[in-house]
Formats: sequence, structure tokens, C-alpha cells
Amino acid sequence: MQPNINVVSLVSIGRHPQSGRARRAEQDGRAVELGLTLAGQSLTVVHAGNAKEPVLRQYAGMGLPSLTVLEQSEGCDALPVLMSFLQDKSVDVVLTGVRAEGGESSGMLPYLLAEKLGWPLVPRVAEVLEIKNGEAEVLLALPRGQRRAVTVKLPFIASVDNAAQEARQTAFGPGLRADFKVLNGDSVVDEAASQWQISVAKPRPKRIKVVKAKTAADRMKAATAKPVGGGGKVLRNESSTEKAQAIFDLLIEEKVIR
Amino acid sequence: MTLDWLPPTLIGVLLVLAVIGAVRRINLWRAGQAEKVDILAGLMAMPKRYLHDLHHVVERDKYMSRTHVATGGGFVLAMALTILVHLFGVESHILAWALLAALVMMFCGAIFVYKRRLNPPSRLSKGPWMRLPKSLLTFSITFFVLTLPAAGLPIVGMLPEGTGGWILTLVLSALILVSLSEMLFGMTWGGPMKHAFAGALHLAFHRRPERFGGGRSTGLKPVDFGDGVTIKEVYGVAKPTDFKWNQLLGFDACVQCGRCEAVCPAFAAGQPLNPKKLIQDMVVGLAGGTDEKYAGSPYPNVEVGHAKGAPNQIITDGLVNPDTLWSCTTCRACVEECPMMIEHVDAIVDMRRFLTLEKGETPNKGAQVLENIIATDNPNGYSPASRTHWAADQNLKVMKDVKQADVLFWVSDGAFDMRSQRILRSFVKLLKAANVDVAILGDEERDCGDVARRLGDDATFQSLAKRNLATLSKYRFNTIVTTDPHAFHCLRNEYGDFGSDALKDVEVLHHTTFLNRLIKEGRFHLSPLAGSKVTYHDPCYLGRYNGEYEAPRELLASLGIDVAEMERSRFRSRCCGGGGGAPITDIPGERRIADMRMEDVTSTGADMVAVGCQQCTAMLEGVVEPRPVVKDIAEILAGQLIEETH
Repeated sequence: MQPNINVVSLVSIGRHPQSGRARRAEQDGRAVELGLTLAGQSLTVVHAGNAKEPVLRQYAGMGLPSLTVLEQSEGCDALPVLMSFLQDKSVDVVLTGVRAEGGESSGMLPYLLAEKLGWPLVPRVAEVLEIKNGEAEVLLALPRGQRRAVTVKLPFIASVDNAAQEARQTAFGPGLRADFKVLNGDSVVDEAASQWQISVAKPRPKRIKVVKAKTAADRMKAATAKPVGGGGKVLRNESSTEKAQAIFDLLIEEKVIR
Repeated sequence: MTLDWLPPTLIGVLLVLAVIGAVRRINLWRAGQAEKVDILAGLMAMPKRYLHDLHHVVERDKYMSRTHVATGGGFVLAMALTILVHLFGVESHILAWALLAALVMMFCGAIFVYKRRLNPPSRLSKGPWMRLPKSLLTFSITFFVLTLPAAGLPIVGMLPEGTGGWILTLVLSALILVSLSEMLFGMTWGGPMKHAFAGALHLAFHRRPERFGGGRSTGLKPVDFGDGVTIKEVYGVAKPTDFKWNQLLGFDACVQCGRCEAVCPAFAAGQPLNPKKLIQDMVVGLAGGTDEKYAGSPYPNVEVGHAKGAPNQIITDGLVNPDTLWSCTTCRACVEECPMMIEHVDAIVDMRRFLTLEKGETPNKGAQVLENIIATDNPNGYSPASRTHWAADQNLKVMKDVKQADVLFWVSDGAFDMRSQRILRSFVKLLKAANVDVAILGDEERDCGDVARRLGDDATFQSLAKRNLATLSKYRFNTIVTTDPHAFHCLRNEYGDFGSDALKDVEVLHHTTFLNRLIKEGRFHLSPLAGSKVTYHDPCYLGRYNGEYEAPRELLASLGIDVAEMERSRFRSRCCGGGGGAPITDIPGERRIADMRMEDVTSTGADMVAVGCQQCTAMLEGVVEPRPVVKDIAEILAGQLIEETH
């Protein structure tokens, strides 16, 4: 646990993939878990939405003495209320899931928050190793169990990957007893979203998996090895201009910018 | 004799001390939670409960039951008469002779207690219990000699006068002090004789009075969540004082005979549970102190002497390791076997409730299973919309369409498991052969809540129970039949606590009972099963929980099978290891319970074991081959069904 840092975990209402029922969201649960290991009982957990939603008690049941709800009705944009809430406080770390399990599920919230607040964003965090002298050493989760250590200045926003420590069991009693601080801000209706038509996604046909490997060793390699792209280049000793040029060329090549 | 006043004074003083001890002890019990008990009716019923119900259990060990009648009966009679003759000095030859007779009876009993203690079985506690037969013998001999003068026997004349007289009185007084300290002082101050005092009151104020007179009371008591507005300080039992007062009294009644330990599957498997030690730890908790003085078998691989407890100290903080509580399969073998009718399983689940509801510390897969049950109404997180996939080809009526049927088939979560589906299909085949008007709830059915409840999550259990009852109340049917004894138990014994009429006038049956009726009515015909030796495993939740031992055996008999009974069958059946969420919490031991049960099966020489429960099937089939074949009775019957050709 790190003393004297202000950690906020943002939580949403999840949706069970099989039953479609509301639940504690998988990644948001991990964001609370990570927050609890960083800040313990002084962790602030914030939800923008309906304070009466029973699922919030599942988050509270992880041992939170209180939970802050920025009350707003359905169809409102979570971004502005979260923005003003975070601006008012001297927050060091904001933890979110990578993407929500319901609604737009675009995964844009942490990016938009970071942009508006002007803070760095660390995507897909697996672990926060250490926070000291206004800097945090963070492990990012990469595919196939790989990790990358990065250092980031406080305050920052991090989205928590599925590779992070699983959320602890929620307990019924503490969940009931947790104190809900309900704040009424000016909620803004998400005009754009209200225009959208939402329909059930059709399951995409699955690509048939052709196993080319002849031996067990081949299969093991196929399952574990890094995909080796032919086009990749490692630039270490080049000047920053050259590095930037390489990135720029790649972005054009991949048609990210035209 | 100048010291004539000494013996009566001693008796008086020790009686007063005993009363003081009794008040102290009663106050320890009163520290527990309030529970409504009919005090007067309980006290009135107590002698009958002792003579009939308790003795019925003790009678399973004939040696001990006779010994206890002689010793206990002799002592109670002798003590009452001693007070009259020696304390109040009632001069009556008849009373004195009666006292002598009672003492002789007690002496004879005590001899047998002594004999058994010469080479005691490991299940018996040693320590102070080893000196008890000596105290009993001393008591009977001392008071015999002391009573002789009162009976006017010639031996009085032979007593030496003067110095000899008061030496004899002194010796007798010393012996009185020794024996009465054990019998009276020890009774209320925590000696071995405590079992008589606490036991008698425990019988009078038992939490499940329905058990007396041959009744059965096995459903767990619900947690009171109140009206949902006021929130209690704690759910479940955190500290000894969170138990009901008569539960605390029940713990104190333990005689440490270790019959529970001898039948406990977890203890035999080397998991850290011993029901006797657990009850003794509860006594340590309610009285305060450590378990240093405990002189019985420990929890397997746990050293005795390090457990500390107090009435207001959290039990799992230093008194009992949570692993001990999670090792229990809730098979009720200990409760069935306890001569004091102590409710071990209630206590264990009460403490589990605290661990799950308050601490969120259900071990291993517990948390995941509970989360799945909450989000999908089944423990494995399958889509609730896929619940009826198993019956895609069964052409079963669904209640939503037909609204009423004679029989409602409660499918249970076996619907999601491919092995259990074979049992379900076999049962449906038999129902169809018998032309039963049957329907299922289809996707409207939910987990019965058994696992959630045994894992301590009574909130989820109650939520499931209420929603299931709401669904059931929409439809009309006369009978519910299920192939799962756990669902059977919940529906029959536990759903009644939630104020719903859905199951009013509805008969809840296990499929073996139901099939047995159909066969007796001649609704379908079976060809005999020849050439295999079959044994039958009694599922705990069918047998001990619901008393159904006969129907499965009659069904097997109808196939011409002569069941090769296991040594532990019927009420002594050994658990398969699958109950109480034990496969989910999976506390490590030295052996697996299922392996031990399969050894029981193998030792009968059977090549097939018939079962009436999908959990048992899964557990027993999990034993490595070669082993006898495991089949549900429905499967065996379906295999022998003579199908009419048209």
C-alpha cells in the first residue's frame, strides 16, 4: 500500500455475457482491486449513474466503507460529470476498466478523460509496481503474457487489463452497510447517443481453424510464440528524428493518416 | 463419633458450590442470542426425550447403553436419596435400603465404565475422562459404607469406638470430598460430569424439538435479513455469543464419546475437521480459554493447544481455522450419530455464513461459483437460456405452455451436465412408459440454492428460493419429482420458511420414491437384471436428510437384485464427498472421500453401484478405474424397461 496518494477507481454496471444480467464488471472490479492494494480504505470509488442500482452493492462488498455516486439519469453522458468531479479533487491516480460491458463499450472514456484533464493515459495496466517522488512505475499487459514496464508522472489515468489481479470476492454484509455518497451534478444528456438505434449483435461466423503443425512442439510454438511480423523494425540508436520519421511512415503505410 | 457432622456438611457445601457453578454456567449460555423456547414444556418433555430419543441413539452400542442406564440411573437415584438420608437426616430404613440398592446398581455400571476405559478406542477422549470411572466407583463404595448405619445393619456394631471411629469418619469424608467434587462440583464447573447437567437442559431446550419422538428436522434455519431497511451488525456467527443460547447449551452437552469423529468422512480423509474437537472448541469459545486441556483426537495434522477463544472473540481469529469449517460435507453423519443430539452442521453453516456474507472469504472456486449463481442462476455460469437444451429431443411439455400438469419434473442443474443428462433422459423414458402427465419448468427453473446455502450465502439462497417459489406459484400441479436429492431437500424442507403457498398441498418426491409407486401400480414393466452383483449407496440428502432408505432398495428388488449391502449403509452411509460445496471449496486432505467410499463398494464384491443422486454419481465416477460401474437407479431401470411395441 502506498501512503498519501489519492486513488480513484471508476466503476460501471457490467453485463453478464451469458445471462445479460447486470453484474460487477470484470475489469472495473479489477480496477477497484488494484485501487484497494494501492490506497486501502482511503480509495475513492466513483460511479456515474443510478445510485439505486443494486450491483453497486457488489462493488461496495469488496470492503469499501463508502462509494460515491454522481447521480444522473439514463442516457446521460458520464464524461462531463466525471470530469468536474476529478478536477475538483487533488487526485493522483484514476483507474478504469478498458471498456464497459454495456452501453457504447467504445473504451473511449479513459482517453477522453485524459485528453480533457491533460493527464497521461496508461492503457491496459497489469500492475502498479511502485509510486514515489511523484512518479509511478507501471507494468503494461501485452499479448501472450508479456509485460512492459513504463514510468509515468502523477497524476495519470490508467485502464486496467484483464491481466491484473482478479477482483476479490464481494461480501453481502459490508456491501449493505457501505455508505453511499450521492452527489447531484449537472448531468448532460448524450444527444448523439440518443439518436442511435441499438440492435442485438449477430454472432460472426467463426473462421475454421486449420492446424498445420505436424508435431506437438510445432503446436506449442504456434500457441506461445510471438507473431513475427516481417515489416517490423527495431530502432535503438537512431536519432529521435529518424525514429519519428519511421513511425510517421508506418502510420501512412497502415493508412492511419492520409 | 465426634465428627458425625462432617459428612453432611461436606455434602451441603459441595451442593452449594454446584449451585453456584450452575448459575455461572447458565449465564455463559445466556450470553448467546435470544431464541424462543417453551421452557416449561421442554422441561416436562425432558425425561421422555432422555429415556426414549437419546437412549434410542445410545442403544446402537448395547454395551454402553446398559452401562449408562446402570451408572446414570443409579447415580441420580442415589444422589436424591443421599440428600434425604445424609443431608436432611431422614431416618427411614426403607430409604436407606433403597439408597444401598441404587449404589449397588451404580457400582455395577461403574465397573463396566472402568472396564471400557482399560483399553479405550481412539475416538474416546482421555484426560479427565480417564478418572471418571474411578470417581464413580469411589462414590458408590463410600456412600455404601456411609449408609450402612442408617440401614441399621449389624456392621455398625462392629465399628471400632473412639479413635478408630473418627479415623474412619475422616477417611470417609476424604473420599466423599473426592467423589462428590467430581459428581457435583465437576458437573457445573466444567468437569466430565458436565454432560449430565448441560445434556439434560439441552434435551429440554433443544433448537429442533421436532426431532424428538421419531421426527425429522434437517432444513437449515434461515438467516433473518429483516425487512431490508434495518441492517444487522453481523450476518452469520462471528463470535460464540452470536450463536443462539440453546446452541451454546448444546455444545456444552457433549460427552466426547467421539462417535461423530468415527463416522466423519472429512476426518477419515485426513482433512482438518473433527466434529468432536469442533464442538469442544465451541465450548472453549463460550467459556473462554485455550484448548490445552482437550484430550481427544485433534483435527488431522493440527496440533492441539494453540487455539484460543473467548465469548466475544471472532471464532475464526485463533479458535477455529476456516479450513476446518470448509472441510465439512454437511452429510449429517455426526448429527445422526450423536447421542446428545448436538447439531454440528447447523453450527458449521452458521460460521460459514459469517465467512461468506461478512468476510467474502469462500475458499477456492467458492467465490466464482457464487458469482455465477447470482448472475446466471446456475453454478457454472451457463446461459440460462440453454437450460432446456438437454431435452431438445425429449418432447417434454413446458409449464409455460400447459400451465398445469399432474407432475412437475424439477430438472435441477444436472440439465447442464452431460453425465447427469443421461440420468434425466432415463427418468423421462420411464415417465413416458408409465404415461405420466408431466411437465418441466424449462428455462424458468433456477438453481435450487442448495450450494449457495451450504457455502454460507443465505442471501443468494433466499433470493433463489423466493424467485423459484414465485415461478412455481404460477402453475398447478400435484407432485414435484426430482432426480437430485439436494433440490429435493431444499424444496421439501427449506422452501417452507419463505411464506409462499406455491408448495401447499404439493407432494415433493425423489424420483426413486415416485418410480417405486409407479411400479407398484404396475405402470411399466421391467425385465430382471441378471448376472451382476449390485450394491446401493445411500445419498446423504436422500437418506439421513429425508429418511428414504426403502424405495431405492425396493426398486432394485423389483429387478430381482439382491442388494449386497455395504457395511456403512442406510443411516450410517458414508458420504461420497460431494455435499456441502466440498468439491468447490476443495480443502486438501490425505485421501479423497470418494476413494474411500469406492473402497466400501469394492469390498462388497459388487460390480455395479446403484446411486440415487447426480452428485454422488459424479463423485464416485471420478474414482480411477478399474472400479465398479456407477449408475443411477433411473438408468438401471430404463435399461431393463420392456417397451411395448404397437
